[in-house]
Amino acid sequence: MTDWTHESGARIAAAVQAGDVTARSVVERHLDVIEARNPLLKAFTDVTAGRALANAERIDARRRRGEALPPLAGMPFAVKNLFDIAGLPTRAGSKINRDRPSSESDATAISRLEAAGAILIGGVNMGEYAYDFTGRNAHDGHSRNPHDPERMTGGSSGGSGGCVAAGMVPVALGSDTNGSIRVPASLCGLFGLKPTYGALSRGGSFPFVTSLDHVGPLARSVEDLARVHDAMRGRDPRDPACWGGPVEPLAPQIETGIGGLRIARAGGYFTRLASPQALEAVETVAGALGAFQVAEIPEAERARAAAFVMTMTEGAALHQERLRQRIADFDPEVRDRLLAGAMLPGAWYHRAQVFRAWYKEAVAELFRQVDVLIAPATPVSAPLVDQRVFTVDGQDLPVRANLGIFTQPISFIGLPVAAVPVWPAEGMPIGVQVIAAAGRDDVVLRVARHLERAGVCTSRVAG
Amino acid sequence: MPASDPPDFEALASALARALALPVTEETLPGVAMNLALAYRLAPAFLDFPLPDTLEPAAIFDPRANPVAAP
Repeated sequence: MTDWTHESGARIAAAVQAGDVTARSVVERHLDVIEARNPLLKAFTDVTAGRALANAERIDARRRRGEALPPLAGMPFAVKNLFDIAGLPTRAGSKINRDRPSSESDATAISRLEAAGAILIGGVNMGEYAYDFTGRNAHDGHSRNPHDPERMTGGSSGGSGGCVAAGMVPVALGSDTNGSIRVPASLCGLFGLKPTYGALSRGGSFPFVTSLDHVGPLARSVEDLARVHDAMRGRDPRDPACWGGPVEPLAPQIETGIGGLRIARAGGYFTRLASPQALEAVETVAGALGAFQVAEIPEAERARAAAFVMTMTEGAALHQERLRQRIADFDPEVRDRLLAGAMLPGAWYHRAQVFRAWYKEAVAELFRQVDVLIAPATPVSAPLVDQRVFTVDGQDLPVRANLGIFTQPISFIGLPVAAVPVWPAEGMPIGVQVIAAAGRDDVVLRVARHLERAGVCTSRVAG
Repeated sequence: MPASDPPDFEALASALARALALPVTEETLPGVAMNLALAYRLAPAFLDFPLPDTLEPAAIFDPRANPVAAP
């Protein structure tokens, strides 16, 4: 008998369409898993069971009437709790925000996914105000990695990674400012899509660094990433940076293979401070793609530094009044970073933005010579939940600030990335970034799907 | 660019907190100073990079080289 909590969203939707299973029974089974596993894993912070069951009933009724169902009919999904859910305060991982009034409407992403038949199951845990790479949360408890609950999920979309890896939902939405989709995808053994900046609407989501904020899905299959992306795309007046995404939907393109693509490994910065496991994962993926060329992303280390300063400054500007009014209610680790950010010179921020304009053109030039770059997603696999430092190449690096050293230079200029999971013979998975030129989200998913079909990159439910 | 001789970051953070009316206490000062020091260590990487005076940041960042019309 099929356990629908181990299936992809696409398989679930096809089965609901065909009448092989009801949307209600799919939702009930996922709610059972949440009830059983969430007390340990701390993935969900809000379960919208009543809403989910009512939506499932509506889909089942439409099928009984013989109506054609929308493409994601019956697919459960969760959202990082910075997305507005009507009737709930938008926590954004904080204690402070839960005193705000409940949201009157859903985020654009939720509305669009529900219009496509997907069923919202609830909001999930995250690092406070998304200023995090670990999945730790001082208020709701730390997200725990379903593949080893002693280890972290990565963050800040920690609950998004945890709930998909645990089989609580097949797909969850996260946000990615400096790596917050790609880091948990890497540590939880999932596929993740950080789309081109502005491709998917952030309307109705709580911001962190608007110059760098993206939203996107984490899933156990590439097809689910593509189908969810396609349901979410389109312009949105609620997000001034949203240009609407690629003209053509991605799902029909993912099976077109990698023929003709020029693929290279990212050298230099992306090989330093990477653990042997991270380098081996890149070798495995590069080998499967026939990527023997090495290309250097120019000035990536400077880009990471500029992203770091922009993040501190914009984050501090956003939260300055909350720091003055509610200092005791912040997670201490986030509080100290925000306070320091409020002290940085304005000229640094401006310089970082000007550097960004230069870097964008320099990297665009590189993408005239290659179509795809392969790089590690994280320097190490999942550290222990309370681990403060990891060691690479003899250097001790603080976990919180450094899990994103390879993701920051890429999101800094908004390039599309698919994080793909690589499993060692034993132990925890680690992710690899598949990076393309801005607007070529189709290319990163074609490559990811090729790797998935070849069995090089796979995802599975833990336990 | 920051001074080559690193300042006393606790003293700097303390003075800036007073000037900017930021709620930094004795308890939080070491953590704030540590993060300030980290930013000062990283910032020269892009502050020292030569850039043309005429280069401007975009008001709303657009990552595409040649934006196309959205559907």
